[in-house]
Amino acid sequence: MKRLLEVSGVSVTFDGFRAINNLSIQIGQPELRAVIGPNGAGKTTFMDIITGKTRPDSGTVTWGEKGVSLLAMSESQIARLGIGRKFQKPTVFEAQTVSENLGLALKNRRGPLDVLMYRRSRRDTARIGEIAEEIGLSAQLARPAGQLSHGQKQWLEIGMLLAQDPQLLLVDEPAAGMTPSEREHTTDLLRRAAETCAVVVVEHDMEFVRRLECKVTVLHEGAVLAEGSLSHVTRNQDVIDVYLGR
Amino acid sequence: MPSLSTQTSGAGRKTFLAQHPSVMWFLLALALFTLGVTVLAEATGAGLISTSFVKTLGKTLCLCLVAIAMDVVWGYCGILSLGHMAFFGIGGYAIGMWLMYARTEIIVRDSLLAAPIPPTPQEITDGIGTQIFGVVGSAEFPLIWAFADSFALQLLMVILVPGLLALVFGWLAFRSRVTGVYLSILTQAMTLALSLYLFQNDSGLRGNNGLSGLQNIPGFETVSQDAISIGFFWASAVALGLGYVLFAFVVSGKMGSVVRGIRDNEARVRFLGYHVESYKLFVFTLTAIVAAIAGALYYPQAGIINPAEIAPIASIYLAVWVAIGGRGRLYGAVIGAAFVSLVSSWFTGGGAPDVELGIYTIKWTDWWLVLLGLSFVAVTLFFPQGIGGLFDRLVRNPTPDAEGQK
Ligand SMILES: Nc1ncnc2c1ncn2[C@@H]1O[C@H](COP(=O)(O)OP(=O)(O)OP(=O)(O)O)[C@@H](O)[C@H]1O
Ligand SMILES: [Mg+2]
Repeated sequence: MKRLLEVSGVSVTFDGFRAINNLSIQIGQPELRAVIGPNGAGKTTFMDIITGKTRPDSGTVTWGEKGVSLLAMSESQIARLGIGRKFQKPTVFEAQTVSENLGLALKNRRGPLDVLMYRRSRRDTARIGEIAEEIGLSAQLARPAGQLSHGQKQWLEIGMLLAQDPQLLLVDEPAAGMTPSEREHTTDLLRRAAETCAVVVVEHDMEFVRRLECKVTVLHEGAVLAEGSLSHVTRNQDVIDVYLGR
Repeated sequence: MPSLSTQTSGAGRKTFLAQHPSVMWFLLALALFTLGVTVLAEATGAGLISTSFVKTLGKTLCLCLVAIAMDVVWGYCGILSLGHMAFFGIGGYAIGMWLMYARTEIIVRDSLLAAPIPPTPQEITDGIGTQIFGVVGSAEFPLIWAFADSFALQLLMVILVPGLLALVFGWLAFRSRVTGVYLSILTQAMTLALSLYLFQNDSGLRGNNGLSGLQNIPGFETVSQDAISIGFFWASAVALGLGYVLFAFVVSGKMGSVVRGIRDNEARVRFLGYHVESYKLFVFTLTAIVAAIAGALYYPQAGIINPAEIAPIASIYLAVWVAIGGRGRLYGAVIGAAFVSLVSSWFTGGGAPDVELGIYTIKWTDWWLVLLGLSFVAVTLFFPQGIGGLFDRLVRNPTPDAEGQK
């Protein structure tokens, strides 16, 4: 497995409060990884750091075999490297159609002039069709995203990530507010995505994590508490104390 | 519902106008309006419309143009700029400098030629300087008048000066992620600073006197104002038509998608890999340039420009027009600007009869602003979509397919 992302010795302080404390995590390519931890453990902040939203006080974040530092890059540059992100709260463009939402995400040139002159090619149309099929929204392509159900919005957002042809997907609580059958579909989606790229999933729901059948990292107070298979970490006494035993 | 592939391949073959029927309807309405006014005007038709009213209509078209620019920057991109009338004013000043210089040059040359000794170029320049800057107790040409003798260069200034100002201002503001109300305040500060600067006598632009006599077009001394007014009216209509098509192009397709995305969730667009600041800068600068072109057409019809035109309130009015007309739709901005500015000139021009209340007489010249303010509040509360929104409900039956065509 190639090394794709390396977070090493990272700390972040918000007004004196240490949200991330000397955190180190490596993600390989391809890999599916679940990150779990109690509320406020720093899971979302961890994603904020990778995607450039939050700058760490110390530590390094490097990308790819060459080990390029992500810390000096803007959010949009990091996204163009192939790091896609799904937010905890579903954020799709509600006023725009599913097709437009996916079109925005499609991997194409991102400069204003390229975008101004862009005309959707047959290849892009076909790709949008494929993704819509994958996320189960083929029949909804022409509908404004605001009219979708909560679960469909979550899928659309995952579809937008896939459309970017990313190398790393950061998915924050994809199953929140979903019905059991929707959750199952989401698990399948993520597992299929992980065949071609690295996927990091933050999730609270243990059943969901179990179905992902992947390596699990437990965060607590901004640091890694345990790492390994789900059965391994759930047997760890520290994990039971801070998280499972609540 | 048609399958996606037929939708898109069909759209690929169609022209831009065929894909956007509302643009075609707008152009048709504008053409009919222009024709109607032409047929009724003094110079070209029956003379049922006075020359001053032709000028009012021509000016209104310019206001519609700056309003669609405002709609693009605010309604589509979500940047509530309260400084776009500054760009409009700069456009007016830029063209006004040439108009005033060239006309004064003709007058000075004529009067000096009558003298026994032929004048030197220096004498002519000095004469023009005395004429133009006498009111502020000066005769020297400030540096900013360096190109005023050249129509072509000064036209270039109409675009370059506001374009560069918008570029630098926008770059500073967007780069530091100034958004929302802070950005609005910053744009107000910009327009306030500009108007205060222009009010000074040593600003080089005649202080509070501003530039005047702009209705007299050098080289067209023998042409009557009747004819000049209809000429400017046509030019304004063409500019509005072109501006409409340009902006309809910008806000449609993928660019429109990105721009509306920025309005609705800037961070999301950024995490999709778009450099949001560049897009904002593009929209801000493009709309500033169009605003300046509108101003350059407006002020020769108004005849005079002074720093009060750039006062912060002017830009706030612009936002009010767009809000009343309905932001996020170009024709809404046109309706808002045309409706409010025409009604406003009717009220303030004494067109509306005073209302006698026994103890108090409502004089509309005083009370019009109150009425406008109340209408603005009413629209914001009860018709957030503005007049254009009512129009939408009447004309369009919203089907998902109509949305999906984009
Ligand atoms: N911008 C911020 N300013 C101040 N404190 C913050 C900020 N962002 C996060 N925090 C704090 O950092 C801690 C970690 O937050 P984070 O959102 O990363 O937790 P989480 O693991 O994602 O929790 P949850 O499961 O509730 O989503 C929390 O205590 C939070 O209050
Ligand atoms: Mg979180």
